[in-house]
Amino acid sequence: MASITLDKVGKIYAGGTRAVGDVSIDIADGEFIVLVGPSGCGKSTLLRMVAGLEAISEGTVRIGNRVVNDIEPADRDIAMVFQNYALYPHMSVRQNLAYGLKNRRTPRAEIERRVAQAAAILQIGPFLDRKPRALSGGQRQRVAMGRAIVREPAAFLFDEPLSNLDAKLRVTMRLEIKELQRRLRTTSIYVTHDQLEAMTLADRLVVLNAGRIEQIGTPLEVYRKPASTFVAGFIGSPAMNLISSRAVPHLPAAAQAGTIGIRPEDLSVAPDGPLEMEVLAVEELGAQRLVHGQTGGERLTVAMPSDAPLSDTLRLTYRPGSLHLFHPETGRRID
Amino acid sequence: MIENRPGLTLLAHLTLMAGVVIVALPVWVAFVASTHTATDFMSGTIPLWPGPHLVENYARMLDTGVSTSGTPPVGTMMLNSLVMALLIACGKIAISITSAFAIVYFRFPLRTLAFWCIFITLMLPVEVRIVPTFQVVADLGMLNSYAGLTIPLIASATATFLFRQVFLTIPDELTEAARIDGAGPMKFFRDILLPLSRTNIAALFVILFIYGWNQYLWPLLITTSSDYYTIVAGIKRMADAVDGLPQWHLVMATAMLAMLPPVAVVIGMQRLFVKGLVETEK
Repeated sequence: MASITLDKVGKIYAGGTRAVGDVSIDIADGEFIVLVGPSGCGKSTLLRMVAGLEAISEGTVRIGNRVVNDIEPADRDIAMVFQNYALYPHMSVRQNLAYGLKNRRTPRAEIERRVAQAAAILQIGPFLDRKPRALSGGQRQRVAMGRAIVREPAAFLFDEPLSNLDAKLRVTMRLEIKELQRRLRTTSIYVTHDQLEAMTLADRLVVLNAGRIEQIGTPLEVYRKPASTFVAGFIGSPAMNLISSRAVPHLPAAAQAGTIGIRPEDLSVAPDGPLEMEVLAVEELGAQRLVHGQTGGERLTVAMPSDAPLSDTLRLTYRPGSLHLFHPETGRRID
Repeated sequence: MIENRPGLTLLAHLTLMAGVVIVALPVWVAFVASTHTATDFMSGTIPLWPGPHLVENYARMLDTGVSTSGTPPVGTMMLNSLVMALLIACGKIAISITSAFAIVYFRFPLRTLAFWCIFITLMLPVEVRIVPTFQVVADLGMLNSYAGLTIPLIASATATFLFRQVFLTIPDELTEAARIDGAGPMKFFRDILLPLSRTNIAALFVILFIYGWNQYLWPLLITTSSDYYTIVAGIKRMADAVDGLPQWHLVMATAMLAMLPPVAVVIGMQRLFVKGLVETEK
């Protein structure tokens, strides 16, 4: 158990390419932090710097009270779960779990106790003597988590651990990871590009874009008050509508020259609404219906109940106080 | 291709049978020759069925050998060949797997140069550098020794490349997982790389064992004492009867015996061998 502190961390590759810059995060003991962003935003690089698999070019990383910049991954007291599981194919599940402990010269009885305990937590007891090849994707994922648990580390690092699973299993495993982390209270850093995974798992979200932090906050803070147009467009599904303020009539003067964000679920049909939308396409989701269209040359998506009436043009209104206003040039939020 | 045409099946089988006959006939003739007396084979008509002298011929070869051609009994030569083939196969594997490990997993100065040096040796097989190699081995006093027989043949670029390719297919995450699990480079090599290349090692062993066993030119040059004659070079010496006709029945008996160890290795390691050549999943 430990806190993790990233102080102005940056990564510059040999060719001079900057992958990550000026990242500072304070992670409390037992906190579940999710790094989220599109591919290439530097989130995996950041995680790998914490793990020690990637050299830190700038800044410092502290685990507990120790600066770990120059410490080998094995000595950082962390455990990592990889996207493709990275189980040793020639070892049985039991050997996979025990390998790290054996290298640490843990007494045999202690290894057996921890393996048995992890197997019980993850319900992989029946597979302990099988090879990873003979396991399904979900079972392999559990073994990979087991390998992290037996170490009883100060922190878990997850590198997109659910990306190789099918959609249904992903939802189940997501919940299991959440429950497991609740139970073990181990500080965790989790990397994903899936904003839904990020929202559901995180105590706090770190939204990254082009190697820099866009926003840090609890999932609801980030959802309700996105700090920039990037965060606004990335968090929430369907994505927030970002339109020029000129397309929206009757705005207060302060908002005249900016970008307006409206969540699709904050828009609704009203005969006397200020917006008129020409309907281009309709997506039925069952409980909900997404209507895509355009107004004043701007694309707009509306989420409405599936029994709402449809026509070629719709008049729309927005929930009062639901408009987000962003600076036209910097894209930062204006309150 | 799924078809059901009897004519085609028959044709396919006939072709295969013809192939088998072409490959097997010389071996059969050799076997038949080894069961007759010397005169039977010199009479002008070659017998095609085994004769009654099988035990006698083989016993003589195993026991005393052909004294007129200066070769020791087959047993000694077989042992020499076996030692040579095993040393070459194991030596080549040991050297190439460690050099591939160095090239793939370590960033050291002049790494590219080292890689290219290994690559260039592909263009210099023993036959090309045979005179200077002989000179070096002779100067080092390694004539008529197992060291002289094997060391010049051990360095192998081909095997190094094979292992390099194998190592490159092992996902980086596995290396990283091992690092986090506290496995240092040598431990990683022993616990992860070696077991994962087990089938490739087996496949390579079969190929290299046969390569070593079949060495002809080098042992012929380097050995002058009959204690170090290998079987393949020995057969040649037996066939070179100076005054008189070669004793073909004995030569063939030796040839049959010489075939046994490679066949045993291939059959014994067939399963691993095939797996090593086709397996891709890591």
